[in-house]
Amino acid sequence: MSQAHPALREPWRSLHRQRQGASFGIWVFLASEVMFFAGALMVFGMLRLQHPAGFLAAARATDIWFGSVNTAVLLTSSLTMAVASQAAEAGLRRLALRCLGITALLGLAFLVVKGFEYRADILGGLVPGPTFRLEEPAAQLFFGFYWALTGVHAVHLTIGIVAVAGLAWRGWRGTLPLASPAFEVTALYWHLVDLVWVFLYPLLYLPGRSG
Amino acid sequence: MSEVAFDPTAPHGVHPPSYLTAGHTLRSWLTTTDHKRIAILYMLALTLFFFIGGIAAALIRLELFTPAGDLLTAEGYNRAFTLHGVIMVWFFLVPSIPVTLGNFLVPLMIGAEDMAFPRLNLLSWYIFMAAGLLAAFTILAGGVETGWTFYTPLATAFANGNVLAAAGAVFVAGFSSIATGVNLIATIHTQRAPGMTWFRLPLFVWGMYTVSIVIVLATPVLAMALLLIMAERGLGLPIFDPAHGGDPLLFQHLFWFYSHPAVYIMILPSFGVISELVTCFARRRIFGYEFMVYAMAWISIVGFLVWGHHMFVSGMSSYASLVFSFLSFVVAVPSAIKVFNWTFTFYRGEIGFAAPMLYAIGFIGLFTVGGLTGLFLASVPVDVHVTDTYFVVAHFHYIMVGGAVSAFYGGLHFWWPKITGRLYPEAWARFAAVLMFFGFAFTFTPMFLMGFLGMPRRYYSYPAEFQIWHVLASAGALLLAFAYLLPMAYLAWSLRWGRRAGDNPWQATGLEWSTTSPPPPHNFATMPRVAEGPYLYHPAETGPQHGQPEPEQKQGDHP
Repeated sequence: MSQAHPALREPWRSLHRQRQGASFGIWVFLASEVMFFAGALMVFGMLRLQHPAGFLAAARATDIWFGSVNTAVLLTSSLTMAVASQAAEAGLRRLALRCLGITALLGLAFLVVKGFEYRADILGGLVPGPTFRLEEPAAQLFFGFYWALTGVHAVHLTIGIVAVAGLAWRGWRGTLPLASPAFEVTALYWHLVDLVWVFLYPLLYLPGRSG
Repeated sequence: MSEVAFDPTAPHGVHPPSYLTAGHTLRSWLTTTDHKRIAILYMLALTLFFFIGGIAAALIRLELFTPAGDLLTAEGYNRAFTLHGVIMVWFFLVPSIPVTLGNFLVPLMIGAEDMAFPRLNLLSWYIFMAAGLLAAFTILAGGVETGWTFYTPLATAFANGNVLAAAGAVFVAGFSSIATGVNLIATIHTQRAPGMTWFRLPLFVWGMYTVSIVIVLATPVLAMALLLIMAERGLGLPIFDPAHGGDPLLFQHLFWFYSHPAVYIMILPSFGVISELVTCFARRRIFGYEFMVYAMAWISIVGFLVWGHHMFVSGMSSYASLVFSFLSFVVAVPSAIKVFNWTFTFYRGEIGFAAPMLYAIGFIGLFTVGGLTGLFLASVPVDVHVTDTYFVVAHFHYIMVGGAVSAFYGGLHFWWPKITGRLYPEAWARFAAVLMFFGFAFTFTPMFLMGFLGMPRRYYSYPAEFQIWHVLASAGALLLAFAYLLPMAYLAWSLRWGRRAGDNPWQATGLEWSTTSPPPPHNFATMPRVAEGPYLYHPAETGPQHGQPEPEQKQGDHP
């Protein structure tokens, strides 16, 4: 083990095994994350079945423009994240760093848009409580989930932005070798956060729009 | 079971470097990534929480000594049993064996240098301690009175206690559990030594593997359930609020989707420990190795599908009750397989009654009673009769305390020489093991009887006719407390004055016994190579008092 690679850590004996192991580990963690969101989505689905009219009316009150723009932003960020991960593996340092930077910026853009949307929601009386605007029964219930689910998603995204920015910073400083499994691991986490939004967008924004 | 090349040049009589002497500063412990040191850190933390949970139990048993509510107020009693439940479930039983014995032994048993992600391992301890601080804050700020179940709308709208802090503590502790689970799964997949195939793994490793799957897939659901009640209580979002069309039953579904598998999180590691103890002290291969593995896998899968049996009286559809009842019987089958296989392992064995074996035998008895009374609760008509009575309390304590805690103490004694390099005093340990069995039975058997007679749980006063049972239970609890404290005393004593253990004081099989006691920082001098299945305590034909060759038995040792 004289030619130990700088990205190799204990207890791994080869970089190839380490990459496989790290990737396997994050997949197991993502299974856990899937169950985390599945719990809330199951409750949401049951309640939507019990209160179809109220949930459709409430979903119509969400701002589809903010939601759609954010969907596009986040899907694009997954593209740049995938490119960054592949570029790091291929040793293309500049491309990897550039794409990491764009990914983090797109993530930030999502949060900024979401912030404006939250502001509009608050001013528009969409916070459950005495000032709530909609009359339909169960509309408050829908918005309870709207705030909880988009909030939890935003927390996940914030963690993702910090992780991606950290990778870009350490890659730029040269303290993190491009062969480190951290790139792929972070990418897989980022894609999951994106995927959660792919579920939230049709569940929260699209119902009740076709009529 | 393996050929480990020891360094023949090592001087005899000189203590080899061990993980304990690798660094002496506090800093060397708090920044360690050695799985063995992290196991010790966890052990210290868990001992503290075991004391806190135990003090709450003592308050409960003291209050129930007399029928009138005299020691605690009704509110104080509610807070005491909630504290007992929350601390014992999430800060002792759920992490207990995986984070201590599992952390210490899994890399040793599979011939690895360390866990797959050593820094994640350390991080999980810090997350656990953060959760512990939140729990301590909850206690100091006056506690919480919802019961460990956090049922809404009590937890979201009516409780006066620190629900947010308590739920937050459990939420954070969940991350620590998930990190440990991910780490164990990845370690067992990727760090096995050459020749250590899946069906040569010791059953303790299989227990850790199956429990990790349950931890990783069930804990996040509890996390979401707690997050939703925190959002409802803290932010006023109407998630489960019936006034807005919400449904409290959905919280119960989420809660039990975790909390029933949590019972398996507590018991699957015990299955692993008991398999190691029974084989070593009966000097026998395990009976039906492959079936033991399949039984654990079966439990970990079907265990996810039985949560509804906690909700038979909640107003759930009777068809759902029927299905959950059936599946609850189905999940009992593999547990029975395990009990039978342990018993058959004794057959023609050369049985020795060292303290770990006494704990193991006690486990088998108590677990069988706990399991069989579980079948009472799985059948809807009986469950309706005894729901929320002491019958239920007795049942789950038989599994979780009689089962899991007995196994934990048994495993701790068995591997104590490996962990510390010292032998514990055997006579005291045997006394403590027998005392624990009788103290336990003394405490919880009366609860079956009074529960069946109708004594409801979670009341601080009760009709005088139940007093005899409560006094018996409280007296038994005193014995039990002594049986828990005694090992702590002599184990601590043995750290300094215990006889030095050799590498393998039990002549046990298993890679962990092939290295020194205590093991060196990187576990093995050279990478072990494994050529045989586990538990080959003696080759076929040459077993003592065996007139004829042993029958061929599937040991998973396929060509």
